[in-house]
Amino acid sequence: MKIYKYGDNVDTDVIIPARYLNAPDEKSLASHCMEDIDAGFASTVNEGDIVIGGANFGCGSSREHAPLAIKACGVKCVIAKSFARIFYRNAINIGFPILECPQAVDGISAEDQVSVDFRTGVIIDETTGERFQAAPFPEFVNGIIEHGGLLKSLKARGVAK
Amino acid sequence: MGMTMTQKILARSAGLAQVEAGQLIEGKLDLVLGNDITTPVAITEFEKAGLSSVFDQNKIAIVLDHSTPCKDIKSAQLCAACREFAKKHAITHFYDVGQMGIEHALLPEKGLAAPGEVIIGADSHTCTYGALGAFSTGVGSTDMAAGMATGLAWFKVPSAIKVNLVGRLGQYLSGKDVILHLIGLIGVDGALYQSLEFAGEGVASLEMDDRFTICNMAIEAGAKNGIFPVDDKTMDYLRGRVSRPWQAVEADPDAEYTSKVTIDLSALRPTVAFPHLPSNTKTIDEAAGKPIQQVVIGSCTNGRLKDLREAAAILRGRKVADGVRCIVIPATQQIYLDAIAEGLVADFIHAGAVVSTPTCGPCLGGHMGVLSDNEWAISTTNRNFVGRMGPTSSMIILASPAVAAASAVTGVVTDPAKV
Repeated sequence: MKIYKYGDNVDTDVIIPARYLNAPDEKSLASHCMEDIDAGFASTVNEGDIVIGGANFGCGSSREHAPLAIKACGVKCVIAKSFARIFYRNAINIGFPILECPQAVDGISAEDQVSVDFRTGVIIDETTGERFQAAPFPEFVNGIIEHGGLLKSLKARGVAK
Repeated sequence: MGMTMTQKILARSAGLAQVEAGQLIEGKLDLVLGNDITTPVAITEFEKAGLSSVFDQNKIAIVLDHSTPCKDIKSAQLCAACREFAKKHAITHFYDVGQMGIEHALLPEKGLAAPGEVIIGADSHTCTYGALGAFSTGVGSTDMAAGMATGLAWFKVPSAIKVNLVGRLGQYLSGKDVILHLIGLIGVDGALYQSLEFAGEGVASLEMDDRFTICNMAIEAGAKNGIFPVDDKTMDYLRGRVSRPWQAVEADPDAEYTSKVTIDLSALRPTVAFPHLPSNTKTIDEAAGKPIQQVVIGSCTNGRLKDLREAAAILRGRKVADGVRCIVIPATQQIYLDAIAEGLVADFIHAGAVVSTPTCGPCLGGHMGVLSDNEWAISTTNRNFVGRMGPTSSMIILASPAVAAASAVTGVVTDPAKV
């Protein structure tokens, strides 16, 4: 696996520029993911890679196309110091794992091998042996993630028909 | 313990007597909004999940405003999907070309937002309706799909920052200067996961259009919502627009705030934000002189009648500078008609500006004013991120309508008092 590491305030306009929002299918979104901040991302990213961001990751537009694009690239999860709130709820709602952990962001280098346990929120830098604990999700949110997204969890609860 | 305005509205929507910051609740929705970019994704999710009906056809608004009138085949297909869904589910508040305006100007104008209501929209600038004392916030397409099906949304109850406004704005200053100044003070994540609650004696002097602009950009400070108290100006605005019953809330006197910020409106200078963050603010005195090639006056932030009046007051009898393209976009059909009736549209055209039908177009680099390599624009929109309005080398300065209009006349960033 590879790490793609970015700075603070990675906005949804660079994650998936608006000029590609007219084609919201996963394949198209994935092919332009991160284009305006890292032109090589879409062509080099592989299944299981991890994106690391600084503070306020996913700020800006509410476009769900942003977490969809990252997920469609095969990225395993995003680890950031903090997430912009709409990106945060969009990722949860589509069942895409995100972890808030400032220590891991500072401690992990782009060359390192990293493993993540989503259930416990434990992030291990296999290269250095360092262990980080991400903020755990509240039970309600875990329920959404475990059902594979908001709509599936609402259906399971019998709220949506 | 006392509750903030936002907490009181959320408690009521969840049927609870009391909520506190950090609590997760499920609230009943008064309105669910989507546009031509976010609604198609919501429709896909809605149908993929096998959902059969909407919770209330009168409490859903779909506005085709981003790529319309359609800029290309793919956008036309997205609009067609919205049209088909709206027809199938008999959505009352479906606004197509001819009726549509920029969603966040249109919904308040049509009386679809009222004090104390809970509104989600699959567009980040849905926070605009806080100007009317509503709780409104941006969400994604899956939230929109879930909201359309169930009339419910989950929320983490936010804490709040209290923004105490004192004094009164001077000439050539407006809501845009207030919000840019605030974002410059607290940063683009300064209000992350929190509410911005505006209060203080300075509120009364702000027109509704200024309050809409201020709440519109609460998201640019990371806020979940921005909200104003309900006063006589709010009531005047609602009169003739909203006939259903609504119930305003006030913050408790002992409501807790994580921090308090005071802004003296009398001391503000025209404020702009340089690339590439809305928090990268400068006063006009620091920014003046920077050459620009394009001016955009419009958007959900600044396409209302007061904005157009302020821009026209400067462009009237003057000419847009050589080498500058000035694009004016009234946010709704009604604003467009009012601007024609007041002679503002004639002022713009005589000055050498173009006036467009309502669209979000250039704000997000969609159409109607995309930039070329290394070009600089001054724009009354809300985001100056890398590549927002064109190639990654293009640059955006965010400004008020008065500053944008003054800059159109001179070709450089200009203090409206000096035109």
